[in-house]
Amino acid sequence: MFEIKNESIEEYKNKSMLTPECGGVVTFEGRVRNHNDGQSVDSLEYEVYDALAVKEGEKILREAKNKFDVIEAFCAHRVGHLQIGDLAVWILVTAKHRKQAFLACEFIIDSIKKTVPIWKKEHYSDKSIKSQWVYCTEDH
Amino acid sequence: MKIKVIYFAALREQAKKNDEIIETSFTNPADIYNLLKKKYNFTLEINNLKVAVNDCYENFDFEIKEMDSLVFIPPVAGG
Repeated sequence: MFEIKNESIEEYKNKSMLTPECGGVVTFEGRVRNHNDGQSVDSLEYEVYDALAVKEGEKILREAKNKFDVIEAFCAHRVGHLQIGDLAVWILVTAKHRKQAFLACEFIIDSIKKTVPIWKKEHYSDKSIKSQWVYCTEDH
Repeated sequence: MKIKVIYFAALREQAKKNDEIIETSFTNPADIYNLLKKKYNFTLEINNLKVAVNDCYENFDFEIKEMDSLVFIPPVAGG
């Protein structure tokens, strides 16, 4: 399941998708950091094309489940105006074994960054620098 | 024919609107983007964009029909 929220998604961290056959659980937290490309960042504004984002997000989770031997996959993405340290994306994968859970989790976050229509605008500490829409060209 | 165009992120800011209905004789997203690029001075080149028609990713030569909704998608940055 892929969810988009306009408010905090911290509560998802209590989510459990455990089943008796589950031997490995991998979670990923993507948080707003205070710098990018040598600039000090104050906050981030996320914008989403909701209908397509949910559809693409669900597709990625389905692909992850088909591609890897995982039991469940879940992702929540926050949009709106986020401050430094805020949780922007949270992913949970359960599997019988850890390796498949790690691989699936990495596949999910990498795919989200490539195809889910969510954009982010950086607001800089140095107010003489104009806020701008950014995107990632490297796999960090 | 009439087409609904919805704008996001950089394109929304440059068009200064969230959406609009346009009247055009063009029937594919590539021609429509070039038209709008001139109208609003969009800075993004077409090869940096993806396009969605009725909430599905399509190619730029997809045939648009009356009252389809069209979204040009700037480079995404989720996560």
